[in-house]
Amino acid sequence: MDKPLTQSEIDTWKVPVPGGSVLLAPADRLAQWARRNSMWSLTFGLSCCAIEMMAAAAARNDLDRFGIFFRATPRQADVMIVAGWISVKMAPFIKTLYDQMPEPKYVIAMGGCASAGGPYRDSITVVKGADQFIPVDVYVYGCPPRPENLINGIIKLQDLITSEHALTRRGQPLPPRTPIVIGGE
Amino acid sequence: MTSGILRSRRPIRAAEVGLGISITVAIIAIASAIPHLPWQLLKPLTSFVARYPLLNALANAAMVANFVALQCLGFIWLERKFAGWMQARVGPMHVGWKGLLQTVADAVKLLLKEDIVPTDADKPLFALAPYLVFVPSLLTFMVLPFTSAWVGYDLPLGALFVLSISTTSILGVFAAGWGSNNKYSLLGGVRAIAQLLSYDVPLILVMLSVVMLSGTMSLTGIVTQQEKLWNIAAHPLLMIPAFLIFLICTLAEVNRAPFDLPEAESELVSGFHTEYSGMRFAFFFLAEFANNFFSAGLAVTLFFGGWLGAGLPAAVWFTLKTLCVIFLMMWIRWTLPRLRIDQMMSFCWKVLVPASMALICAAAIAGVSH
Repeated sequence: MDKPLTQSEIDTWKVPVPGGSVLLAPADRLAQWARRNSMWSLTFGLSCCAIEMMAAAAARNDLDRFGIFFRATPRQADVMIVAGWISVKMAPFIKTLYDQMPEPKYVIAMGGCASAGGPYRDSITVVKGADQFIPVDVYVYGCPPRPENLINGIIKLQDLITSEHALTRRGQPLPPRTPIVIGGE
Repeated sequence: MTSGILRSRRPIRAAEVGLGISITVAIIAIASAIPHLPWQLLKPLTSFVARYPLLNALANAAMVANFVALQCLGFIWLERKFAGWMQARVGPMHVGWKGLLQTVADAVKLLLKEDIVPTDADKPLFALAPYLVFVPSLLTFMVLPFTSAWVGYDLPLGALFVLSISTTSILGVFAAGWGSNNKYSLLGGVRAIAQLLSYDVPLILVMLSVVMLSGTMSLTGIVTQQEKLWNIAAHPLLMIPAFLIFLICTLAEVNRAPFDLPEAESELVSGFHTEYSGMRFAFFFLAEFANNFFSAGLAVTLFFGGWLGAGLPAAVWFTLKTLCVIFLMMWIRWTLPRLRIDQMMSFCWKVLVPASMALICAAAIAGVSH
């Protein structure tokens, strides 16, 4: 999982002192490493995608390998996997749960419905994607996506966490992120 | 395809058993090397610390606190690995070697998380609760004898101290449940209090029967009088049921399945720590795992002869026995489903309490006949 450090990257951290040199690594790296490897996700299954999400956590695929396990309360969760179609009645609850999660928080829209409304896009009771009301980081393609594809999305989210600035000043929001789209076409 | 699924259901592979054996051997090797290290180099420091009682106490407290924190790192990893094996998974794999650094990553992440205090919460209570839960479980470690020398403070009333201190953590649980101002937290807190208070009764009675047979309340004293024969072998008719009751009660005390009603996820979201995020939540977690290690250690002290054993250093014997009891507790946790609240209460008051009363009478008769 962890990308090996390149020699040139290590060289940029070298600070010469009398009699040798010391390495001063940025604290960002530590924070990114911790966040990337401990993404506790919110138990939030909306419909059939949730079955595939459970399959991803169970014996064959085992999300716990990546340090992901499901917490029932939003206060202890880092990642919200929106799995399934979102009805107009459900959307406010998703928004509330998202607001209750502590920063830094990430959202994976799993499957066609959570990404853009899916096959129910023309229905008046279905919200056309989770990004209508919460910021989505990764869109996972599929109807429903296979567990492998969800794991692919999780790995992409880990890359995204690695590429962003992990630490900000107190009170300042994290810089906006560009979402990643997986699969499609 | 079918054969593939069948093959993947094989829970523990030979390599994993080998890994477990090699880790055990490594621990034993390190522990046996400890007495031969050049400790005399530290002599000036230790003699300086020993001269001042307050400094001595601070050093003891720092060692105990560090031990509790460090054992949690290993213990949580072990628990997740064990859960994986029980469910035909592999557990944490990608962080460090075989996922050994998983708990470190979790801890760093929890430190950096936003710390949320709900608007309507009772803020002082909410802030105080994690420490009210954590400090008692830390204090109990002060009297736990790892060896005859490795004990924070050898109280003559050790058994009483343990019982009274561990009961005070109920206060913290209730502060968490009440202070969060959340219905699930409050329900979880109330359930936790009902469970902890009821299961304290048979626990105290069972410990009393051991104390009656040993004739001492000091935990080191209880171990030293088992020098000829461990308690569980010396009075098997009395001590095997006592150990079973003790095990059931400690499972309930540390909120592990089948007694994890206070944090039943399908009913109560996450119980009394529903509203806690970041490091405050980590303290609850830390306290839970510290309690767990302590209960296993107490079971070893009371029934399995503590640090006594031949061949290996005393501390290694204690750790190995404790690990065995911990494995037993994990095995129960990942095998059994959750009880209903009425089943749990009636089991305590109608089965465990009368049984432990009978044990006390039997212990009194056995003590007289000695």
